[in-house]
Parts: sequence; structure tokens; C-alpha cells
Amino acid sequence: MLRDITLGQYYQTDSVIHRLDPRVKLAATIIFIISLFVFNDIAGYIVAALFLAIVIKLSKVPFKFMVKGMKAIVFLLIITVVFNLFLTPGEPVLRIWKLTITKEGIKLAAFLVIRLSFLIIGSSVMTLTTTPNQLTDGMESLMSPLKKLKVPVHEVAMMMSIALRFIPILMEETDKIMKAQMARGADFESGNVIKKAKSLVPLLVPLFISAFRRANDLAMAMEARCYRGGEHRTRMKPLHYVKRDFAAYACVALYLITGAAAGRIAETVCALL
Amino acid sequence: MPIILDKVSHVYGEDTAMAVTALKNISLVIPDGQFIGLIGHTGSGKSTLIQHLNGLIKATSGNIYFNGEDIDADDFDKKRLRSKVGLVFQYPEHQLFETDVFSDVCYGPKNLGLTQKEIQLRAYEALKLVGIEDEYFYQSPFDLSGGQKRRVAIAGVLAMKPEVLILDEPTAGLDPEGRDEILDQISKLKKETGITVILVSHSMEDVAKYVDRIIVMNRGSVMFDDEPKEVFRHCEELESVGLAAPQVTYIMKKLRDNGYDVRDDVTTIEEAKTEIIRYFSNLKSAKTRG
Amino acid sequence: MGIIKVKDLIFEYIRRDEEGNVEGITTAIDDINLDIEQGDFVSVLGHNGSGKSTLAKHLNAILYPTEGTVWVDGKDTQNNEYIWDIRQTAGMVFQNPDNQIIGQVVEEDVGFGPENMGVLTKEIWERVDESLKAVGMYEFRKYSPNKLSGGQKQRVSIAGVIAMHPKCIILDEPTAMLDPKGRREVIRAVRALNDVEHITVILITHYMDEVIYSDKVYVMDKGKIALHGTPREIFSKVERLKELRLDVPQVTLLAHELKEAGIPMPDGILTKEEFAAAFDECVNRAI
Repeated sequence: MLRDITLGQYYQTDSVIHRLDPRVKLAATIIFIISLFVFNDIAGYIVAALFLAIVIKLSKVPFKFMVKGMKAIVFLLIITVVFNLFLTPGEPVLRIWKLTITKEGIKLAAFLVIRLSFLIIGSSVMTLTTTPNQLTDGMESLMSPLKKLKVPVHEVAMMMSIALRFIPILMEETDKIMKAQMARGADFESGNVIKKAKSLVPLLVPLFISAFRRANDLAMAMEARCYRGGEHRTRMKPLHYVKRDFAAYACVALYLITGAAAGRIAETVCALL
Repeated sequence: MPIILDKVSHVYGEDTAMAVTALKNISLVIPDGQFIGLIGHTGSGKSTLIQHLNGLIKATSGNIYFNGEDIDADDFDKKRLRSKVGLVFQYPEHQLFETDVFSDVCYGPKNLGLTQKEIQLRAYEALKLVGIEDEYFYQSPFDLSGGQKRRVAIAGVLAMKPEVLILDEPTAGLDPEGRDEILDQISKLKKETGITVILVSHSMEDVAKYVDRIIVMNRGSVMFDDEPKEVFRHCEELESVGLAAPQVTYIMKKLRDNGYDVRDDVTTIEEAKTEIIRYFSNLKSAKTRG
Repeated sequence: MGIIKVKDLIFEYIRRDEEGNVEGITTAIDDINLDIEQGDFVSVLGHNGSGKSTLAKHLNAILYPTEGTVWVDGKDTQNNEYIWDIRQTAGMVFQNPDNQIIGQVVEEDVGFGPENMGVLTKEIWERVDESLKAVGMYEFRKYSPNKLSGGQKQRVSIAGVIAMHPKCIILDEPTAMLDPKGRREVIRAVRALNDVEHITVILITHYMDEVIYSDKVYVMDKGKIALHGTPREIFSKVERLKELRLDVPQVTLLAHELKEAGIPMPDGILTKEEFAAAFDECVNRAI
């Protein structure tokens, strides 16, 4: 049953965002993340929130899937918020026992929460709307200039895609070996750290052997099917930009400009009033 | 020690959108000393069922009793259950990990917390039971042939001294020679020790030769549970679920359909041969009389 | 010369112990000669360790002869220039269904070979579609291979080879890890390839019931060809097959044992229909 898990949590549906070229989504995500750290006023974040909301709406993925990714970092978020709240020097607002909360602290903590949660939600939008396959293709294509620097871009992408294919298989295998050893009285839970680590040997040795055997078989199968690296290779699903991809790039650029200028605009509006 | 299953059901991924019912309301009694064949195509629930018998999977509903005790009760010792109900998984050689054959077989009894002497004694006996000679004891298990590796892995479970031995497709991937070796060894073991053996397989030919009871699973339910002869009477039903009776059964059925008065509840070559020879000698005596 | 010709093939490998010292030399293939005609369905039988898989790997230039020569479509496998031509001419399907599928989606896996060969995108799609249709897996083209059964995965692997438009397809124990249903699916697909597409098939197996439809059968033992002939000729030699530790189908075995017991059944019975006909004959004679 472990095989049923979908890696990269792709959410299957048909939307404009799903149909975008993976390169656009990758680039947009990176730009979005950078923008979160460049903007440093409320107005900028309002623009970012609006942009994110529109993209989520367009992607047709239920919002609860976006928030799922947040769960993993809730703990981290709380710790950083607490540190920022209490340890930022500045104008005191509230004093609890020996700790002071400052105005600057509140601002910093709030920005941090916004940045981190937008970052997580933003990258979730990408992984939810792009299959792992398209992602590796997109990365290979985006990184292709690095080939000139002798970076094995094709090989890295191939490795990632093979890893994605075999992770579920190896997870199932782990489960099987674990059960087989449990049937021989193995105990993977009790005991101290050393005992626990030792108890993993009967699991890890067979798992490694199996992984090597599979790797060996796969290499032979790939060779038999004429695989000889990235040279002279054509693509079944080549990446082609279409009109909507350029439109998407334009939207991202528009977002950047508005976000960066938002503070200024807000100031002018205020001053005029 | 008998195992009783009372209305056992199992659902994978319960409460999720992908819930799959693997077992539906199974009630079975597995008395001491039987040789049982458990048959069903891939996905029929047979692997899930056997993992319930030694507590590796917990039933979603229903109860399992081992020697009268509910195995899901809080105070029930699962580790002891696993030593009493030995489970040999498919491709068991994939679980070997020690540097030599003997140490690998010792792993099970060691986990039971026995004395060094007892551990070694059991490992020795288990290896003898599966027919592995002394000269292999200190070799790396990975240097053995496929059939030998598998027998070592089976010894690893036998060293726990189980009272019920379950083997999940012990002949998968072996050639005819390796297959016969394993099956003969198991059948011999059954005779020598008198333990209960449950053989999971999809080969009717293999099972028909050895077992005295066949349980056929389909879509998580028990479809047939009877002597081989009785089960193979239902050729058509078996075929409708992707299984088949042994080829000899079909041959005899064909002869009977062609109007010859021969028995068609035959399941092995030996039986078929005896039956056909009997038919011909009857013919001859009828001829001499006529 | 046929599509595949093997002349005086010997393959030896050196066994080493854990420290890498030479322990000895094993002769996996010992002087084999073969000539396989375009469009034939040839089976190679043998138990584990008989050398049949080693032979298969020579036909696809994965292994190279120690002595002797292997020609695929007239090209010597030892000539490095031809290696990709040979691998495209003689496609190979392996035993383990999980360890030969590269793509994460069925159609992408089938496209892998043509991609490597540099086929144009539009043609890749045509080849993928027609190959998947040929093995009856077209409706699964968008599936993840992890959600398929063993038999379905092997059919995808076969489609992956057909998409390379080979003249010959070598299947190295494609059914050894499958259940009976999966075995039937795969054998049916292989037979269709041979009957309909006229692709030369070399099926390596240890299941005797899979070879009854082939034009020619070779039985290997200890690296040599122990028997060869039509399935009927091979199946007539029950005692010899038993010696070679092969599994004779029940129908053939029963006929043979009856013959031994004095009932005049003919040798080499392959199906229950043939058995019934021979039985009629015997009864008529007895009356």
C-alpha cells in the first residue's frame, strides 16, 4: 500500500497553472521567494498576498492542501517568532517578568511569519501543480547553461528522476524486510540509542544489497535500450513556451514592479490625503 | 496450538479516500498438524491474511485467537506469538544479512533471549532440517545458490521452533529443480516434526501433490475451503477468478465429456494413471467376457 | 545467414574470492552454435545456471564472447561501431519487472528507447501509441508503473522494446517472477508479436508449457546445447528432460507414463485435445 503515496504531493486537476511550462513555475517560484525577502513594508506584502491568492484561485487546488506543508514548520515558526519577539532591542511595548517585547520585535516577528508562510505556500503551489517529472525536466532545461561549466546537468536530472521512481519501491521493500525480521523476533522500537542503532543492521544490510542489485539491473536495462547519456537524445515531451507562458512571465514581472513600488505609492497616496 | 479467526476484516488506509478492503469477514479454524494450501491470485488478500496470523497486521475488526487467547489483547505477548507462528515471506533470501550462514540462522533464537548453547543447538537443528550440510555453515549466505539461500532463510524461521509454519510462495522464481527441492523438504519437515504448515501458492499442481486442505481466497473472502478433490471439482468457478485446477483434472474431465466412464475428481498424475489403467483393464475383461 | 548467428561461442569468467584472488575459471557457455531465421519463434530452455541467461546477454552485446563470434543482423557484436545498431536490432526484456522500467509514467517509459535513439518527437509519440496498443496496455498509458501488476509491467517493458522497432526481441525469463495470470498475459503478448508483427522472438525460460508454440526449442545444460528440435520432438524425450531437471507438462508426462504401463499412447503429446484423440485411438484398438 506504500506504493500509493504520491511524491511531491502532486494534485491532479486541470487548470491554467497546471498547464504552464514547468520552467515558468520554477522561475516564478524563485522570483516570488526572493521578492519576499526584498520587500520590507506592509504594502509589499499585501501585493504578495494578493498575487498568491490569485494564483491559488487559478490553480483549482483546495486551500487546505497548501496549508498542509505548513504543519511541518509550525514548531520552527513558533521558536523564531518567540526569539524575535523577545530578543530584538528597541522601544519596549510590554514587559513580562524579565523579558521585554519591543515594537521592532513585533514588526520583525510579523514579517518573519509572513515570509515563511508565504514561502511554504508559494512552493506548495508549484509542487501541487507540477508532476515530479515536469519538475526534473524544467530543472534540466533551466540549468542547461551550466553545461558549459562542465556541470553534468542531464545526469543530475536523470538521477533525480530515477530516484523518484524508485523511492516508493524501496519504501515498500523496507516495510517488507522489517516485517520479515519482526517475524524472526526483531524489535525495532525498544532499548537505548545504541541498541536501536544495532537493531537496524538486519534491516539496512538487506536493503542496501537490494538497492545495489536493482541499480545493477537498471543500468543493464538502460544500456540495452541504447541509453548513452544526454548527447544525441531527443525528447518525447520537449518543453515549448506557448503564449500563456509568456503571459505568465509578464504577470510575474508586473507583480515584482507593483510590489517594489507599493510602499512608495502608499506613501504618496497618504501624503496627498 | 489451534488458531481461530472470528469474522476478521482488514481495511488498508481506513478513513482515507483510498481505503481498500483486503479481507472481508473471514472465519477459519486452523487445527494442529494440518497441511494447508492457501490459494488465490495476486491481490486476493492471502498475504494480508497470513500476516494477521502472527500479529504483524492488526485486524480492523473481528478477533484472532491463538490457543484460546485473543492476540490483540493488551497483555498478549506478540513476540512469543511470532516465535510460535513462523512466517516465511516471499523471496525470504532477501532478508539474509549476516556474514555467515550459521550466524544468520542464530538471529531468530537470539532475539528470543535463549542461552548461547540453546541458540546454537537450534540453529544447527534448523539447518539440518532444511538439508544444509555442515560445509556451508561458515560460508557467506550470499555465495550460495538461489535454492540454498532460500533454505537458509527458511531455517532462520525454523530455528524459532514454531508450531505453525507459514510459507508465502516459497517456490517463487525458482527453477523446477529448486522448486521440487524446497517442496520435498517442507513435506519431509512436516512429516518429521508434525507441525502445522500453511503453504501459500498459486500453483495448483504443487499444492495438490502435498496438502490435505485447500483454502481458496478471492477478493478478500474465502471462496472454497475443503479437500483438494472437492475444491478442484469447481474448475469453472476457479477459472472465473483467474485460477485453474491441475492440468490432469482437465484431461480427465475432457475424457469424461467425450463419453468415457472415468473418474474426473483426479488431482495428481498418479491418480490419473491408476484410473486410466483401471479403465483399460475393465475394457479388456469386458472384451474377453463378451 | 539468419538474423542471429552464433559460432563456436565460449564464455568464461574468472571467479574471485573476497580478497580478489583468482579462485578459478567458470565456463558459462561451452561451444555453442546457433542460427536463427528472421521471423522465427525460438525458445531456450534450461534450469538455473545452465547458461541460458548468459547466452541471452551475448545476443544484445551486453556480454562479449571469450572465444567465437556472435552476429546480429550480420554485424559482429565485438565491433564497437555496431553496438547501438545491435542493441536496437535485438531488443531485450529482463526478468524483474520493477528493475527495468525507467519512466514514472507508462508512456514515458515506452518512449525512453526512441528518445535515446534520437527519434523525432512526433514519431516517438506514434511509436509509443502503436507499441502500447500491440501489447494491450494503451489504456494504461498515463498510469504510474507502480500501480500496475507484474504482468502489466512486463508488457510495458515489451512495448518499450517494440518502440525501438527491433527485428528481434530477446526475453530473458520474462515470466519467472509472475503469477499464472501474469504469465499468460505476457506469453499471449509475445505470441502476438511473432504472429502479427513477424518479429523474431527468442524466449528464454524454465517453464516448459511456455515453449509449445515455438518453432524451435533449444535445451541448455552446463553451458552446452543438450537438445534441440521442434517442441514435439523435444517433448517426446521425457526421460532425457527429467535428467536435465526440467518440468514436463502433466499431459505429456501422463501420456508417457501410460505408454510405459503398456497403453499405446504416442510420444510428444502437447495438449489435452491431442491426449483425448490419442485416447480414442487406444480405446478403439483395445476393443
